[in-house]
Amino acid sequence: MPIRLLLGNEALAQGALDAGLSAAYAYPGTPSTEITEYILRSPEVARGDVVSHWTANEKTSLEAALGASYVGKRAMASLKHVGLNVAADPFVNSAIAGANGGLVINVADDPSMHSSQNEQDSRVYLDLALMPCIEPADQQEAYQAPSYAFELSERHRIPVLIRMTTRLSHSRGTITTGEARQHNPFSLPDNPKRYILLPALARQSYARLVERQADFIHDSERSPFNEYSDGADRSLGIIACGIAHGYVLEAVGAKNDHPILKVGQYPIPETLLEKIMRTCERILVFEEGFPYVEAKLRGMPVRSSPIIHGRLSGHLPRVGELTPQAVAAALGLGHVQTAEPSSIPAPRPPALCPGCPHADTCNLLNEVLNGEGKGGTVFSDIGCYTLGALPPYNAIDTCVEMGASITMAKGAAAAGLDRAVALIGDSTFTHSGLTGLLDCVNENANVTIVIVDNLTIAMTGGQPSSATNRLAAICAGLGVDPDHIRVIEPHKNHHVDNVAILEQEIAHAGPSVIIAQRECIQTARRRARRTASEGGEAR
Amino acid sequence: MNRNMILAGVGGQGLLALAAVIGEAARSLELHVRQAEVHGMAQRGGVVQSHLRYAGRPLHSNLVRKGTADLILALEPMEALRYLSYLSPSGALVSSTAPLVNIPNYPDESDVYAEIKTVSTHRLIDAATLAKQAGAVQAANMVMLGAGSPFLDLPERVLLTAIEQFFAGKGDSVIETNARAFELGRDAAQAS
Repeated sequence: MPIRLLLGNEALAQGALDAGLSAAYAYPGTPSTEITEYILRSPEVARGDVVSHWTANEKTSLEAALGASYVGKRAMASLKHVGLNVAADPFVNSAIAGANGGLVINVADDPSMHSSQNEQDSRVYLDLALMPCIEPADQQEAYQAPSYAFELSERHRIPVLIRMTTRLSHSRGTITTGEARQHNPFSLPDNPKRYILLPALARQSYARLVERQADFIHDSERSPFNEYSDGADRSLGIIACGIAHGYVLEAVGAKNDHPILKVGQYPIPETLLEKIMRTCERILVFEEGFPYVEAKLRGMPVRSSPIIHGRLSGHLPRVGELTPQAVAAALGLGHVQTAEPSSIPAPRPPALCPGCPHADTCNLLNEVLNGEGKGGTVFSDIGCYTLGALPPYNAIDTCVEMGASITMAKGAAAAGLDRAVALIGDSTFTHSGLTGLLDCVNENANVTIVIVDNLTIAMTGGQPSSATNRLAAICAGLGVDPDHIRVIEPHKNHHVDNVAILEQEIAHAGPSVIIAQRECIQTARRRARRTASEGGEAR
Repeated sequence: MNRNMILAGVGGQGLLALAAVIGEAARSLELHVRQAEVHGMAQRGGVVQSHLRYAGRPLHSNLVRKGTADLILALEPMEALRYLSYLSPSGALVSSTAPLVNIPNYPDESDVYAEIKTVSTHRLIDAATLAKQAGAVQAANMVMLGAGSPFLDLPERVLLTAIEQFFAGKGDSVIETNARAFELGRDAAQAS
């Protein structure tokens, strides 16, 4: 079996390909993006054996995967944690409708918010959807998880969540891979009515889902992802979920003699948890993300109640990702001499690349909105242009979630704000901006929407944007007056003209759209290099 | 055999390529490897770091514990200092001397070098000049790989093979430039 050095995300993708994956859909988002990039580069996709696409958003990804599962195929959707909010509707309801072919939803959480707006823990969604979940502890388990999850999904006719976290998604590890499995044949569901969630039918399906929780727990008790290893010293019992298990093993080393329960499959394995709770005086819970298991333990009726320590008790930080030193400190293990951090290094925040078209758009907004007696508010969105919040630009006022720019601007304008401007990227616009623009048209909202169109999904590495070169037509189709759909090139050579155009559209007492179109400097460079290396001429 | 290291740099300097070459070299020796890296927002000209570990025994943590790094290998001198608390008391610090100034409040360079010199085992390498000498300014990362190589506990031919494989798609002259950069960095570290 070959040994390969793969990112957790790549190991997961290879595991899915080897497990007979037929369809993979995703919207890019850090730290989940590499799962689908790996699949798109695979020989399976090149041969046409696996269908894989970036979709308009996470909801459409999950729904497409559900459709592939409906016809018996093994399918998955891959997204980041906040993307699960966007896909929450199909996520929760697919658990009631169920799976036919194996259906796996990969969600990569981002504790410490390396590239995110929050650090929500996707395991909390398990309590809403009543769905099983696998949380791999390392790259090898990330490889094994899809095969196991597809089987679980097909056995119980239920979608399965695979929860990844940044430090597994974006860490390489040496793994061994196995044999590839055949694809499922096309086969329609035996009982297609379960996909009709009319109240009368949904009540039955939901009752069945609730009944099956006992089976899911039973599976967790016997899961290879959950493991109880006994120890003689029962003054302390350790519970470690997902990659926290690795930090614990590294900290305790070979000399450990406390019982350790590794948790990697949910719903929580109640019998195993009761066992460690019954036998140990104190329990220390390590988990990446929320104190999810810790909170559940506190609510569990156990005859002898041990003291429970973890993130809720303050023995570990309540927020942020775990670190080897935080885990070792909580265990009271091996003080290591560390040098004082140097006071010399200055922060080096990320910045817009030199030559980035967004920099010109930020300068344009500042010129028009920041001048004396002008004023105005820029409701911005999620993308590279969010970096316009930082010096030297300080060009935006908000960034909340995908699509919020347009609708917040509209709400603020209707409530009395003058000169409300929305700033949104091309891909964020097609992800979650279209419906908000329709609201603007229907309400004749006094907003100016600047779509910064760099022809790609730049922040996550240059994936194709859903509606490149169709944005003006889409805006017109939604009902924006074509006279107030303006296309500009954000470049310092056009700055004066662009200032005039933005002034005109802000003065217009209804919705206007300015499409600021210039290719991302990174994708332009990559394309030029590719063209050069292919012996052609750069455009 | 057990190595823990922090690779430090700035987005765009080729730090992940450096990590990939060392990681693949260790893997080719059938060592267990773990390597954490930074993707996404942090790469836009901001701080980039990688935790890299390899050993003959199975590894469990993707991150290096503070106070246990055998080596900090830095493509930029101020970035070298950002991780001093990871360095073990017996660890080495190997840094490029070339500052990358993309912030208004970059510290005084002489303070940066002075603090690097407080680490008892340190090497300051003029990677920019050596990379130019090798034939490409972009090869500074491979200069620093050469400079760090005496502290990696990996055979040199294995590192050179990993370089060759990493740049295989880019043609012989790119491979030669990077191999030359490696050798210049190695010689500079041994001479200092």
